Amino acid sequence: MALVDDNLTAAHVAMGGEVGDFVALLKPRVMSLVVFTAAAGMFVAPGSLHPLVAAIAILCIAVGAGASGALNMWYDADIDAIMSRTRNRPIPAGHLDRQTALMFGLVLAVFSVAFLGLATNWFAAGFLAFTIFFYAVIYTMWLKRATPQNIVIGGAAGAFPPMVGWAAVTGNISLDSIVLFLIIFLWTPPHFWALALYKQSDYAAAGIPMMPNVAGERSTRNQILAYSLVLSVSALLPLVTGLTGWVYAVPAIALSATFSGLAVQLWRAPADRMKHKARELFTFSLLYLFGIFLALAADVGIARWLEMIS
Amino acid sequence: MNNPNPGEPEMLSKEESAKIEKSRRPRSIVLAIVLGALALMFYALTIVKMGPAIFNRPM
Repeated sequence: MALVDDNLTAAHVAMGGEVGDFVALLKPRVMSLVVFTAAAGMFVAPGSLHPLVAAIAILCIAVGAGASGALNMWYDADIDAIMSRTRNRPIPAGHLDRQTALMFGLVLAVFSVAFLGLATNWFAAGFLAFTIFFYAVIYTMWLKRATPQNIVIGGAAGAFPPMVGWAAVTGNISLDSIVLFLIIFLWTPPHFWALALYKQSDYAAAGIPMMPNVAGERSTRNQILAYSLVLSVSALLPLVTGLTGWVYAVPAIALSATFSGLAVQLWRAPADRMKHKARELFTFSLLYLFGIFLALAADVGIARWLEMIS
Repeated sequence: MNNPNPGEPEMLSKEESAKIEKSRRPRSIVLAIVLGALALMFYALTIVKMGPAIFNRPM
């Protein structure tokens, strides 16, 4: 492993990394999804925050997610160096040492939690702290390397942000915020297993027990299909709880039908088409989550506006 | 960074310390911006949360 074996890289580490390396530690692409779902959770929650407080709350949740990313890269530097997808992260690339990433992550975690508590309420802050702990300790340190169910349980960490956003507004948890959690929670396994299906050699090389290389492709495809169908049903739960109406229902049904359709295609695909279909489902899954939360926000926003003008 | 004079403390050459200095600069600037933004946010948050009531307290 080319951790620090050439002089140039060693000198680079001694200099402490560049700004871009620290930005990479925050996993900006994961962060953008967190910001979006947390903002949607805040928006659809009953009640209102001063716009500045809302902006600070979103920033805190984003930085908290970034802290989780940095702690994950601190702990996972060994396996990141093996997988092609992660080989260029700052630590395996030799731009930063692990200690720096650890400190960076811890400082950001403490600041984001404390600032969220001061800006909104301490229940939301505690929830954010729990989310960071869940991702960094329960997922990264424990489950990721131990079980092929890693994604299922670890997905909960990614599903908490809209609940934290909701809690920032209301100070508590409700059935509606649990539904938001459930949608992302059920979305995560098909999303990551589709990725794992066409990147499985990577995970195998790093010794990560991902579903395709533990249970096999057939079983993984079965499970993707099962989760996709359950996800499609739970995506309709906001209609049942009364959080949303038809403005949400139409795009949600269309998106869920497409998602399930792609999962069925992947399930039925012959071996030589499997990777192609897995990639299609993976790409659509990102659009799906974005679309669902946009539809949620649009529905609640329009309902509020109609109430205001009537 | 090989030590040319064994027995003496290791020193960075001029070029090496200039290089380190140069790589430190963007980080310092970003850190200054982040700290400035943090101070501004605390100030703005205080005003928003307490409003004019911030002055209504016994001295």
